[in-house]
Amino acid sequence: MADQGEVKLLKTWSSLFGLRVVWALKLKGIPYESVDEDLTNKSDLLLQYNPVHTKVPVLIHNGKSICESLVILEYIDETWSQNPPRLLPRDPIQRASARFWAKFMDEKQALPSMWQAFTKEGREQEEGVASIAENLKLLEAELEGKKFLGGEEIGIPDFALGWLVNLVPVFEEILGLKIVDEERHPSLSEWSRRISDIPVIEESWPPRDKLVTKWAAIRDHFLATARASSG
Amino acid sequence: MEEVKLLGWWVSPFSRRVELALKLKGVGYEYIEQDLAHKSQLLLEYNPVHKKVPVLVHNGKTMAESLVILEYIDETWPNNPILPRNPYDKAMARFWAQFIEEKEEERGKLVEEASQCFITLEGELKGNKFFGGEEIGMVDIAANFIGYWLGVVQEVSGMELVTRDKFPVLCKWMDEFVEHSVVKETLPPRDELHAEFEARLGAPSWKY
Repeated sequence: MADQGEVKLLKTWSSLFGLRVVWALKLKGIPYESVDEDLTNKSDLLLQYNPVHTKVPVLIHNGKSICESLVILEYIDETWSQNPPRLLPRDPIQRASARFWAKFMDEKQALPSMWQAFTKEGREQEEGVASIAENLKLLEAELEGKKFLGGEEIGIPDFALGWLVNLVPVFEEILGLKIVDEERHPSLSEWSRRISDIPVIEESWPPRDKLVTKWAAIRDHFLATARASSG
Repeated sequence: MEEVKLLGWWVSPFSRRVELALKLKGVGYEYIEQDLAHKSQLLLEYNPVHKKVPVLVHNGKTMAESLVILEYIDETWPNNPILPRNPYDKAMARFWAQFIEEKEEERGKLVEEASQCFITLEGELKGNKFFGGEEIGMVDIAANFIGYWLGVVQEVSGMELVTRDKFPVLCKWMDEFVEHSVVKETLPPRDELHAEFEARLGAPSWKY
């Protein structure tokens, strides 16, 4: 086992990006201290360790900070390479594919289109929902015949998609829409169950009722702002 | 004999990043120019998800996304590394490459935000010749748009985001970057790039 040093994780109770890092640390059995931030009142620690974005999550290892969840996951995998599971495949081509899908989740479409569907109404919302449907089709195709997005073992792209399991039902409840269903997304649904069965992941979900309250308030806020500026 | 092919577009800084990395490592490759207004069967087959360049093909296996490709290149041809070896420094390089990518995505946004981004990047140079230190690294490659394309965009649009008096450190980096012997080989001719952007002035998008 690599020399642990001191590991601290700055996150929030609900941050799905922070959750990815929690999973990685727990799955690899790395002891860490968790600090939940209040982003409306950012701590000195956060401002010091993530001066560029002042966002969570931030991993602090032996006093040095690493930001951006996907960058943190790769750092964890490389620093604690002796601790199973591997978070990226050994084969370079498969690694490239894993990184491609992780990026797809965050930057390219998946999350941004979810955001649009969630924070807008009317036609803009419909566009967001249509965009999500397209992305889910791609993900469904990629998952077919695979146990995890990373291959036989869970890995970084699975962590990147993790929000689907926890947050999508919350969004579905608030929006009154079905986004993921067994019929259209059999592989995705099975993957979700497989992810949820992992004890470390199952025990780390933020409380659902609190999430519903939080996200409903966020949607109301965005809709109110949009209506006020167009009214 | 390894077979390396690159699907690219001469205008795109993203496909030029991959060319730069391959040339820095002395990796031979076949370049296949793409017409993004009329996407080829090859492109659609090799990058069905995004249908964009660059796409790298190595021994028949394909991959997309320039930063993902750069990591693959560095892992497969470890000579002249573009990423540091120790995990912390590597994480820093990845952070800055991602930062640059995100800011490029937000290109349409306010000039003030762009200026803040440049100030931040100047700080990150820390008196070094390149973001990678004495030698070019992943972050320099990721910042190629700023190093060269931005100048042309400014000329065409008349916008002045990066000037020598406002950003002396960044401009010095830009000078070093375009003068680097390998980088020079990968830059599209300035007058042709200028003409291309002028033609597209209504919709300056090189991310087809």
